[in-house]
Amino acid sequence: MKFKVNNEEVFASTGGRPFDKNKPLIIFVHGSGLTHMTWVLQTRYFAFHGYSVLALDMPGHGLSSGKSLKSIEDMADWISNVIDAVGYKEASLVGHSQGCLVTIECASRYPNKIKTLSLMGGAGAIPMNPELLALAENNDPKAVDLMMDWAHGPAGHFGGHPVPGLYHINTGGMLAKSRTIKDTLGVDFRACDNYKNGFVAAKTIKIPTLSILATDDKMCPVKEGKKLANLIEGSQVDIIDNCGHMMLLEEADRVLKVLKKFITTHYPVVTK
Amino acid sequence: MSDKEKKKISPKTYKFDTLSLHAGYQPHKNAGSRQVPIYQTTSYLFDDVDHAAALFNLERGGHIYSRISNPTVGVLEERVASLEGGTAALATSSGMSAIFLTVMTLCEAGDHLVVSSQLYGGTVNLFRLTLPKFGIKCTFVKPRDTEGFKKAIQKNTKGIFGELVGNPGNELMNMPEIAKIAHEEGIPLIIDATYQTPYLCKPFEHGADLVVHSLTKWMAGHGSSMAGILVEGGNFDWMQNDKFPTMTKPYEGYHGLSFAEEFGPTAFTMKARAEGMRDFGPCLSPQNAWNVLQGIETLSVRMKKHCSNAEEMVKYLLAHESVAWVSHPSVPDHPDHELAKKLLPNGRGSMIAFGIKGGKDAGVAFINNVKLASHLANVGDTRTLVIHPASGTHSQMDEATLKFAGLSHDMIRLSVGIEDIDDIKNDFEVGFRAARKPRLVSNQ
Amino acid sequence: MSKNPETIALHGGDYRSDPATTAVAVPLYRTTSYQFNDTDHAANLFALKEFGNIYTRIMNPTNDVLEKRVAALEGGLAALTVGSGQAASTFAIMNVCQSGDNFISSTDLYGGTVNLFTHTLKKLGIECRYADPADPNNFEKLIDEKTRCFYAETLPNPYLRVFPIKEVSDIGRKHNIPLIMDNTASPVICKPIEHGAAVVVHSLTKFIGGHGTVIGGCLVDGGNFDWTANPKRQPLFNEPDMSYGGAKWGEVVPQLTGANVSFAIRARVCLLRDLGAPLAPDNAWGIIQGLETAPLRMKQHCSNAEKAVEFLQKHKNVVRVIYPTLHEGEIAKRSKKYFKGGNGALVGIEVKGGVEAGKKFIESLKMFYHVANIGDARSLAIHPATTTHSQLTEEELLAAGVTPGYVRLSIGIEHPDDIIGDLDQALNNSGKPNLKAVS
Repeated sequence: MKFKVNNEEVFASTGGRPFDKNKPLIIFVHGSGLTHMTWVLQTRYFAFHGYSVLALDMPGHGLSSGKSLKSIEDMADWISNVIDAVGYKEASLVGHSQGCLVTIECASRYPNKIKTLSLMGGAGAIPMNPELLALAENNDPKAVDLMMDWAHGPAGHFGGHPVPGLYHINTGGMLAKSRTIKDTLGVDFRACDNYKNGFVAAKTIKIPTLSILATDDKMCPVKEGKKLANLIEGSQVDIIDNCGHMMLLEEADRVLKVLKKFITTHYPVVTK
Repeated sequence: MSDKEKKKISPKTYKFDTLSLHAGYQPHKNAGSRQVPIYQTTSYLFDDVDHAAALFNLERGGHIYSRISNPTVGVLEERVASLEGGTAALATSSGMSAIFLTVMTLCEAGDHLVVSSQLYGGTVNLFRLTLPKFGIKCTFVKPRDTEGFKKAIQKNTKGIFGELVGNPGNELMNMPEIAKIAHEEGIPLIIDATYQTPYLCKPFEHGADLVVHSLTKWMAGHGSSMAGILVEGGNFDWMQNDKFPTMTKPYEGYHGLSFAEEFGPTAFTMKARAEGMRDFGPCLSPQNAWNVLQGIETLSVRMKKHCSNAEEMVKYLLAHESVAWVSHPSVPDHPDHELAKKLLPNGRGSMIAFGIKGGKDAGVAFINNVKLASHLANVGDTRTLVIHPASGTHSQMDEATLKFAGLSHDMIRLSVGIEDIDDIKNDFEVGFRAARKPRLVSNQ
Repeated sequence: MSKNPETIALHGGDYRSDPATTAVAVPLYRTTSYQFNDTDHAANLFALKEFGNIYTRIMNPTNDVLEKRVAALEGGLAALTVGSGQAASTFAIMNVCQSGDNFISSTDLYGGTVNLFTHTLKKLGIECRYADPADPNNFEKLIDEKTRCFYAETLPNPYLRVFPIKEVSDIGRKHNIPLIMDNTASPVICKPIEHGAAVVVHSLTKFIGGHGTVIGGCLVDGGNFDWTANPKRQPLFNEPDMSYGGAKWGEVVPQLTGANVSFAIRARVCLLRDLGAPLAPDNAWGIIQGLETAPLRMKQHCSNAEKAVEFLQKHKNVVRVIYPTLHEGEIAKRSKKYFKGGNGALVGIEVKGGVEAGKKFIESLKMFYHVANIGDARSLAIHPATTTHSQLTEEELLAAGVTPGYVRLSIGIEHPDDIIGDLDQALNNSGKPNLKAVS
């Protein structure tokens, strides 16, 4: 569906079900240079089981208009504005990669608004390889190819997508190339590299938090993910083996299973 | 890591020859079996009621019924998608059904396609006579007439379709230019790349949006199994205009789903599977998928030999006294010689057309006397194949259609195999000798 | 040739042994192409002056054995195998209809066929009009000059009302409209061609294959319909086809073959050629194996189903049992009129307690498989309200005949005691309050 935030049009997938204000809201926040489509194998379940789902396209990404936001802090505020714009007082957040930085910052800034936090392939900081950053800022498609290489585990490099017939390295690559690389991936990478507040923000978070990490994640390694999780009180960690950073696609079912259990436990649908 | 390596980072995603052996399959998820298992099953057990509902709602990936998808077929689909550099693929029971499903996913009654006039005879019949019965009209344009493609586009045109190298005249479409024309009009370019395989050309790199193959041919190579595939490039923006409402609007044929919004770079394949395959049902058997996978394992090594044998045969034919003309993009005075160098850098393919001196009778005599080359209605077998279209594949066409397809009575179509080159040449000598005495042969 | 299905299933058609080797078992011809004897042979084949193998998309010797055998089983003259039952339905309609035409289908229809007819064929300009088969005259009311065929299933889910084949076929023949019957759920026990159907289609995946290993479909040409009697009614059989030098299929096929098999030949040489949905020879071979025991299996399917029905009718947690013989009045008589040797393997039940009970019943089954299929040798069950039909609203569900507690059973050929035992324990469990949640 489309709606406006700060006078710019925002697109969000509602997971194949009509958006219903009477249902609890879950917001999915994608990673650098990507779009709402990375969540297609997680969102639809919740949409079909009593939740209202918004898998967002960040400003300037996918089908959303406007310019890409330049800092993680701006993105965190923007998420809060999204919640207001769709007429909600609270929501659960799910983030992937850069989306984890955004959701941590958001939960820290708006503690009463955010009810649970689910982090996939998250870390307290995501410093960028300078060469990769330079390629992205120079609009070089090689940046996307590198990201897809590093973001997939050894198993993921062979394919084996849960949706029959889909080849995920190329699918992810096409998503990241769907808009001008320097304006999406370039700006996002710079924002990640600049963000230093992750560990500080994490310490302030008191809501139920889940971290899903993957053994073959080169971009946000298990060690880094655990470091972050340890700072969040009572946070829960789940580790997926034989899987890389693109766990949403590489091990979609296993991610969904863990996420399902966490969200339905800590953020249940209350039937009136 | 040396300093030099540190400076030059480059993606280490697997390359063509590796993908042709590995893509789409992870042994650790299949009992450790190194080779792809054949899932000879029609149906799949649901874990529970929720699982079943999740599959029907497209909440999760997985298999419901082998008409729609099958794990063995799925490996083939991913493997071909990876080799083409595409996002997704859908395998079908023949190359023709791949074309049919593509058209059905793109068009409905009242729509129009611009189509290259140099196509396999079956495809010509589909576009010229069968699709109009279902309200889909086509305008044919000669493959070299790049501007003609532009002129033929109408308001209701939903795509441009062609074989990169037209059969049987070996005429090339200027794919990058025609892709530009298509994209200016907001419609996709669909390329039948059966004769090239991704080893010779990856059409997505030159602007194509969808690729179809008859896998029966070079991809499988063995001539044992029928199969086709539709591959999606993932780069076409279906939402840029209102030409494709069944892709972009909530679609009543699929519970109000908007495929473009929900699946983006794989939307076309998702729709072709969820609607076209579900309803029309031309599914590939798992056994055939497995056979084709065996073929693809040797695609690179076979294609090298196909192409080197073909170039040898071109030289041999050019020098032969019984040969009137030879058409192959490797011949320097072939009108598309330069374009072929650009689009087909790894080889110009193994299809040769040549004219035999003595016309139709000589052609008949040649075909009836070669012993190694097989006379049959196929191309792209590992074995050398010959046919005389005027008396074979195209004999059902009237005179006008024959001319329209660019055929002549003296033309012999040759699909060069991977036998020893000397044996092929020796066999041809026997054929040519007989062709020089046509009367004697026909009296036998 | 014998008229008995047990014999036809093993010997039907003209295959005795392989001409090349005298092998008795049907050889698997896993080839795409066939060598021509000479150029004349090739030309004759392409011009249809002579019939023979050209290319496996169009014909294959292994498939040929299956085609002739199924034709014999159904009492038809010729058959054509295709890649799936769905492809068979598609071909059946596209062989007689073109853009601007319409056809009339029974409302009692498999969901996949409904999608094809309602949404997908519509995009090709072919209109499907639905008639309730409760009264055969409903078909006549919808006919206009563009109506090309009638279509129905012999034993359709979910109501399992046997279709009035002769009544509707007679109406069609008055107007020169052929009746196409999908006989997937009732091979052997019903032969629609004997009752006037012009064409029979099958999903061979189901009872004829029986093993649930391969997908396949076929069309059987009854050879009992005059395609040329009213040229305006059947233009595709009476107007020249420019893709075959102006051949008029209704005339040329009987001339060439000496048989009235225009429907089967046109579907083969036009639709398989252009739309290309061939059955893999491996799959044809797999189905030939299944077919050998189809008549024996059908007997067991039917007798097991009858025993299950008897048991289910008495069970306290079953509100209603749906079975062809349990209808009332005219519709109950149809099963007697059209079925011989049994009433099929499909049984519907309404589990007491609605959606939750239906769901619990399915999840409590231990031997029955929970899959989206019918006609396997194994017993199968599915709860449409939470699976195949879960996208529909409650009203849409009811319109499709799917009540919240409705469960579809396809009774297999296991020992009847084990079938009843599994149903019994699952039904008892379905009535219990949610124990799982408490524990």
